[in-house]
Amino acid sequence: MATSKTTTSKMTAPVMTDLKGQTLVTLQTLKEKNPASLATYEKLGGYQQLKRLVTDKVKAIEVINEVKVSGLRGRGGAGFPTGLKWSFMPRYFDGTKYLVCNTDEGEPGTFKDRDIIRYNPHQLIEGMAIAAYTLGAGVGYNYIHGEIWREYEIFEEALAEARAAGYIGKNLFGTNFSFELYAVHGYGAYICGEETALIESIEGKKGQPRFKPPFPASYGVFGKPTNVNNTESYTSIPWILQYGGQAFADLGVAGSGGSKLFSVSGHVEKPGNYEVNMGMPFAELLEMAGGIWKGRKLKAVIPGGPSTAVMPAEAILGATMDYNGLSKAGSSLGAGSMIVMDETTCMVKTLKRLSYFFYEESCGQCTPCREGTGWVYRVIKRITDGNGKMEDLDLLTDVSNNISGRTICALGDAAATPVLSFIKHFRPEFEYYIQHGKSMVDGK
Amino acid sequence: MLSVEAIEKIEYELTKYPIDQRQAAVMSALRIVQTERGWLSQESISEVAAYLGIPDIAALEVATFYNMYDTEPVGKYKITVCTNISCMLRDSDSIVHHLQEKLGIGFNEITADGQFCLKEGECMGACGGAPLMSVNNATMHENLTTDRVDEILKELK
Repeated sequence: MATSKTTTSKMTAPVMTDLKGQTLVTLQTLKEKNPASLATYEKLGGYQQLKRLVTDKVKAIEVINEVKVSGLRGRGGAGFPTGLKWSFMPRYFDGTKYLVCNTDEGEPGTFKDRDIIRYNPHQLIEGMAIAAYTLGAGVGYNYIHGEIWREYEIFEEALAEARAAGYIGKNLFGTNFSFELYAVHGYGAYICGEETALIESIEGKKGQPRFKPPFPASYGVFGKPTNVNNTESYTSIPWILQYGGQAFADLGVAGSGGSKLFSVSGHVEKPGNYEVNMGMPFAELLEMAGGIWKGRKLKAVIPGGPSTAVMPAEAILGATMDYNGLSKAGSSLGAGSMIVMDETTCMVKTLKRLSYFFYEESCGQCTPCREGTGWVYRVIKRITDGNGKMEDLDLLTDVSNNISGRTICALGDAAATPVLSFIKHFRPEFEYYIQHGKSMVDGK
Repeated sequence: MLSVEAIEKIEYELTKYPIDQRQAAVMSALRIVQTERGWLSQESISEVAAYLGIPDIAALEVATFYNMYDTEPVGKYKITVCTNISCMLRDSDSIVHHLQEKLGIGFNEITADGQFCLKEGECMGACGGAPLMSVNNATMHENLTTDRVDEILKELK
């Protein structure tokens, strides 16, 4: 397989988070020794749901209904109901239909899918095989973020194991159902997390998003009907079928079924992934992550990755971790990527870094995003260089509002959100920086 | 000319796609050739394109769009340090300064002996282990301290 000039690190990373208080669904193998092995997953009932569906010839509509009952919503950030998405795939199609898994997690602060592959790759494979059976897809691709190279290798190894055991491949369980699944990789482009850019990338092209419609369900990989879901979504499927859609829904709250992986990073004592029930109060999750580090105070949280609005401490401390809870509190759940900032954080410098990211990662296809992200970055840099003017704040707002909603894909909106929310909630810090040419927080 | 090993690996990647979709393998083919040769020259890119039977420009577009491909020399060890928000909050700046001082180079520069090159990276999707860096696009080093960086540099030499 892949070689590198340095020796590849073996999977020695310790399980970073304390499992107490977590509801393990997608990471259920973490309770066992050798979590990533096929034997471990089989011991927990792994691949039995796939076998049952295929050998009993369970109808697709029954599977889709079970997924609808579960209340599972797309875990990649958009939160679209998975069961509903599945129902968009054309039932009859003369040719190969495709299945795609989006493991291109490049949204800053997101690192949950990496742990699914590291610790429970077989549940993802079974979830994809179940989806393939349900949607009549013959071929699947798992597109893995280029930077997490070791995980790409782990997934290739898991695929070889599953193939040898007869869980993927031709004529599964002696039936006429066949499903081939492959690992493919990105090589450093945030935009490929957008599903149509990802499809372009699978086809060996620049990752530039396509106009929608047509949606992937009618025109996806190689122009064929394609279903795209996030890694965590697929991985939830075997559990839903094993324990029932209602059991999954009951883990969460109204509008947000299940448990969810939250990637907690930044200024906490114990960063890492925490799989907890939807609806958990933020304060409780923060406590699980060891609280704010160094005995400091919480200042702000970006709850779902930088494409979701930043929340000041007082707003997030009263919020619950679910779609409605965070939306009511003025932001959104996104991919559950909680970036925690303590009282020593300069919001102007933080926004500068985020703006640079969106500028760097804009694919260049739409003018408002290509030009606007660069403009925003240069204006914020002007402020941190000590050359800001008070009208820059209105300029930033204006430019951001003119990117938002005027692009093919959601990167434009994503780039505008941090600018608008940082200025809205922390305006005095920006004004101070402009007036004094230095940060109100660190004096530098 | 592509090496026998590279061709073998590219052929494996091609098995993942329909036979009339050879371009789909360009991402991995470029990665395979870059891993073998250290970076992608115009000539390397053309060889990949020729092997897959696609126009040079189709391979060049991909090589220049995705930032883990290097279309200029990078030295024996390319160190990419993430400085995005989660790493920044856990002081990736100190890791960057330490590396720059220790190696005597800035971002996008190569040490005189050709051993090391330093790059600034965007989010690598491993933020729970911030601050972090990767070596040659393959090995991730997490929870970095300046002492740990020294150890890693020593191991690489």
